[in-house]
Amino acid sequence: MAEMSQTVRASGGVGDVRPDSAATARLIGLRYPWRRLVFGALVLAVAMVIAAGRGAVSIPLGDVLGVLLAGLPGVAAPADVPETWNTILWQLRFPRIVLAAVVGGALALAGAAYQGLFKNPLADPYLVGVASGAGLGATVVLLTGIPLMLGAFSLLPMAAFAGGVLAVAVAYLVARSSQGTPLTTLILAGVAISALAGAVSSLLLIRSDPDLRPVISWLLGSFISAEWSECLVLIAYLVPSLGLLLGFARVLNVLQLSQEHAAVLGVDVEKVKLLLIAAATLATAAAVSFNGIIGFVGLVAPHVVRRLWGDDYRFILPMSIFVGATFLVLADTVARTIASPAELPVGVVTAFCGAPFFLYVLRRRRTRLR
Amino acid sequence: MSAVRLLKSKPETRRTSEEAAVLVRDVNFAYDGRSVLCGVNLQVMPGNLLALVGPNGVGKSTLLRLIAGVLRPAQGTVSVLGAAVEALSPRARARVVAMVPQSPEWPPGASALELVLLGRNPHLGLLAWESRQDVDIALGALRQTSADGLATRPIDELSGGERQRVAVAVALAQETPVILLDEPTANLDLAHQAAVMALLRDLVAAGKTVIAAVHDLTLAAQFADEAVLLHQGRCAAVGSVREVLTPANIRRVYGAEVRIIDHPETGRPVVVNAWRSTAG
Repeated sequence: MAEMSQTVRASGGVGDVRPDSAATARLIGLRYPWRRLVFGALVLAVAMVIAAGRGAVSIPLGDVLGVLLAGLPGVAAPADVPETWNTILWQLRFPRIVLAAVVGGALALAGAAYQGLFKNPLADPYLVGVASGAGLGATVVLLTGIPLMLGAFSLLPMAAFAGGVLAVAVAYLVARSSQGTPLTTLILAGVAISALAGAVSSLLLIRSDPDLRPVISWLLGSFISAEWSECLVLIAYLVPSLGLLLGFARVLNVLQLSQEHAAVLGVDVEKVKLLLIAAATLATAAAVSFNGIIGFVGLVAPHVVRRLWGDDYRFILPMSIFVGATFLVLADTVARTIASPAELPVGVVTAFCGAPFFLYVLRRRRTRLR
Repeated sequence: MSAVRLLKSKPETRRTSEEAAVLVRDVNFAYDGRSVLCGVNLQVMPGNLLALVGPNGVGKSTLLRLIAGVLRPAQGTVSVLGAAVEALSPRARARVVAMVPQSPEWPPGASALELVLLGRNPHLGLLAWESRQDVDIALGALRQTSADGLATRPIDELSGGERQRVAVAVALAQETPVILLDEPTANLDLAHQAAVMALLRDLVAAGKTVIAAVHDLTLAAQFADEAVLLHQGRCAAVGSVREVLTPANIRRVYGAEVRIIDHPETGRPVVVNAWRSTAG
């Protein structure tokens, strides 16, 4: 919980530009709020360095920085740092922290995009069936006789990714009609497909061998097995969705009007919907496939950004990435240190911090509107 | 099928369909097999205020959506300024024709200026940020609708009339030669109704072509140059408001007995119902 409040303080500490003054700010300067984004990135970097120092072996911040800088070409490794620290940081903690940041950023970005697209503050990255589809894919691979490794590749993330994308594709095709794709129908189709995929997963679990730990650990989300290669694959998946979502950020602002109004204003609504759903689903499925289902990051991070800095998606999308990444880095640090040497699934930590915080946001919002 | 006669001051300079701001030809449209419009023809010359009248559910909104290119006709063509609406890209279309929806959804908390800036969307590239010029145009649109004092106010704090002004300003920010409005006076009180209609007259005076679906026949008669009376998916009458709004037409389309009297000052037609108490 301490970490959570730290996140809040961190994201709230930057100037006090209120939502309704955004218009005035534009009138005066028309400036993109770069400073806030840089601040968000700095907070994330600090959180990552702090997280790297924490763990079974505590490493002072100065040495973490020294080891980190030694990774740059031409910088000498600090002389007094034990070799084991070097190994711990570069082999275990850095990849894990980077992976947590990338996953947190991806989930928050997808959450912000879904919330904007569906105009529903409760939308999260798992809304249209990604999570349960991915869960089903993972369950099938883990429980059936399919070999887990195909050459150098692990089949688990691929299966999870395919399951997630497939579930969303089915939901989209069910909802699509000649008149367009009503977003409400899409959500309902996603709910139904989620239920179906969840039921099939449960059935497979019940009929399978008793050792379900890998599945359950996957379903709760964890970064235990983080490796650099995963980070790279994930980033490769994320670059196109990041580009698409940021490119359509202003169009997402226009879509806050009704779909018809957006069409009148020159938005190709069906195409944009398809692209944004595809991009957000890709980001979510990629994040889910390696590390399982981590709840609340995609729900909470965009909310924090919106509550603090207003409703322009050109800012909400990038800032959500930093807030989500910071949140998940801190949550993972808690997950691996609080019950050391045992580890909590990070999904448990995010839910523990995220759910009460979300309730608080809802409560505050109501009183503010009065 | 009735063709539109455009009775402007000089009949000898009768203009051809190539010069029409909006041209609707033999348009059919159906929602899920339920026919809404069938064989609609319409020709609106530049610089006119055309009132689209007719009973509820007759297809006024549908016709506007077809002209705006938000819906596509099952048959027939719609062109705006000589270009087929279907052939235009969404952005190009939104630079030619704007529409004010009947009840726009506003994202809560957004300021009037932010919303009007959304009207610049068809003029901005994907990654473009609004320039100072875009802000000036948006502010100009707010000024034109007498809503410049509302620029920084959140939309959810505004009254119905103020929101309607903002909605029109969004369309003005698109800088289109043609503006369509779907029931712009619905849910407004008497003073605001007249104010919005007067605003439409200003737009026409500034050279725009305006088509407005209007519920109130007298209001339409007072402000519009021409009227189209829709009935059972067709144009039942087209022409000047006095030609269209006759007791016979209104009886046929609305099933209502009315009298048309002259406005004491403007001489324009006023529609009143013919009911008299039988008690006295």
